[in-house]
Amino acid sequence: MSAKIKRGVSLYSFQEEMFLGQMSVEDCVSFAASIGATGIEILPEQNMPTFPHITDAQVGEWQDLLARHGAHFTCYDMFLDTKLRKGELLSDDEQVESIRRDLVLCNRLGIRNMRVLVFVRPDILERCVPYAEQLDVHMGVEVHAPWHLEHAWILRTIEVADRLGTKHLGILPDMGIFMKHYPPEFRARFEREGARPEVTQFIVDQHEAKIMSEYTIYEVAVKLQGNAAEVRMAETLRHAPFANPRRIGDYAPYFRHIQAKFYGMTAEANDPSIAYDEVIPELVKAGWEGTLSSEYEGNRWVQDAQPVDSREQVRRQHAMFTRLIAQAEGEIA
Amino acid sequence: MFDRYLIDAASLHNTGPLDAPTGFAFAAKLGYYRGLGLSMIEELNVSIDGEALPRAAVRFDEGNGPLTLDEMETAYDRRWAFGAPATISVDLPGGFPEGEHTLSLQQKLRISYMPFPSFNFDQKVVKVAA
Repeated sequence: MSAKIKRGVSLYSFQEEMFLGQMSVEDCVSFAASIGATGIEILPEQNMPTFPHITDAQVGEWQDLLARHGAHFTCYDMFLDTKLRKGELLSDDEQVESIRRDLVLCNRLGIRNMRVLVFVRPDILERCVPYAEQLDVHMGVEVHAPWHLEHAWILRTIEVADRLGTKHLGILPDMGIFMKHYPPEFRARFEREGARPEVTQFIVDQHEAKIMSEYTIYEVAVKLQGNAAEVRMAETLRHAPFANPRRIGDYAPYFRHIQAKFYGMTAEANDPSIAYDEVIPELVKAGWEGTLSSEYEGNRWVQDAQPVDSREQVRRQHAMFTRLIAQAEGEIA
Repeated sequence: MFDRYLIDAASLHNTGPLDAPTGFAFAAKLGYYRGLGLSMIEELNVSIDGEALPRAAVRFDEGNGPLTLDEMETAYDRRWAFGAPATISVDLPGGFPEGEHTLSLQQKLRISYMPFPSFNFDQKVVKVAA
């Protein structure tokens, strides 16, 4: 049975090293390809300094760069500056035009998936569907924590896709929605900022027990008279949901790409926080075809205490992917 | 996400005549994981030892010529690229005070997908090279 789940990397993963000028875009692509993660997700507004003005020559340079490393594009992360002008939102027409601009560039780059920010209104996307169909780009609304697969806001986009019967509008899950355990990197950072270990343990225990976040925030802020770092840590629980991986199969027809968010891997190549061990079997069971695209976001949590090594983190995540995909496929075969 | 890296301490220098500086300038990066149009950079608050310098004294230049913060508000066709240093210059008769001082920079950004403004903050103890 051939692997339907492909592995890739979002250049977002190397933001620390790129920001500091320690890695070029080509370094990122080269590294990703070296660990078999040949699918490359880009953020044109991060990785293309002349955005939105991209010449055909620049498109050619990108394609040459990917070809040199045996890599290919998987996804284009769009943005929408509705607040371009102070005190006045872009009109609906302007929003549609901005998204169309991105669809055109996405198509010129030969990319067939576009990550749409979760805040983009479903009725705006509905107006973009004819362009997406014409340019053959799937618009996937990012399902980012604290939203989740069955959140009413996400269901509105799915309702539009169903009503139009289009294959070019759907979702694009960010695996941060499957945060089963509280990330140790978060906890350690708050402790460095003055949170007391007994309070951080309480918050971790509350998350582990899946207590409603607002209850824990109240306990920490009011009953325990938590200090600033402790209250901030408790407030992260608002964005730390554990959605049910068993619902993945129901929504698999609506997505073709996954942002594989993570905050840190153990030396044994396990994710202590995000439940990939439950997610990947569901993807395999669903027969899902697409790319698991690494999105390392641990840099901001550890950079105060240690040098960031995004490559090593991504390498470990892919060791885990390889293992979990093989296991899940073995169980199905 | 990049607060600690915003100010390039080594870049600090005085501007104007050597014997009678009229201000100072330093290189800074945008604390964001993508580039942003200049019209969405609402404030660049510069302070020395906690004392804020006037908004009108600040100029920004990403390489296409200096702008006041008021002018940036309508600079719809210019962007501060990801990870790219820009020059922030400040009018201050006499230049940066002698010796070591804490230079701080707060960036207030209008990020469309967030209901509230985004603030980035860095401060470093710096001095003008002799």
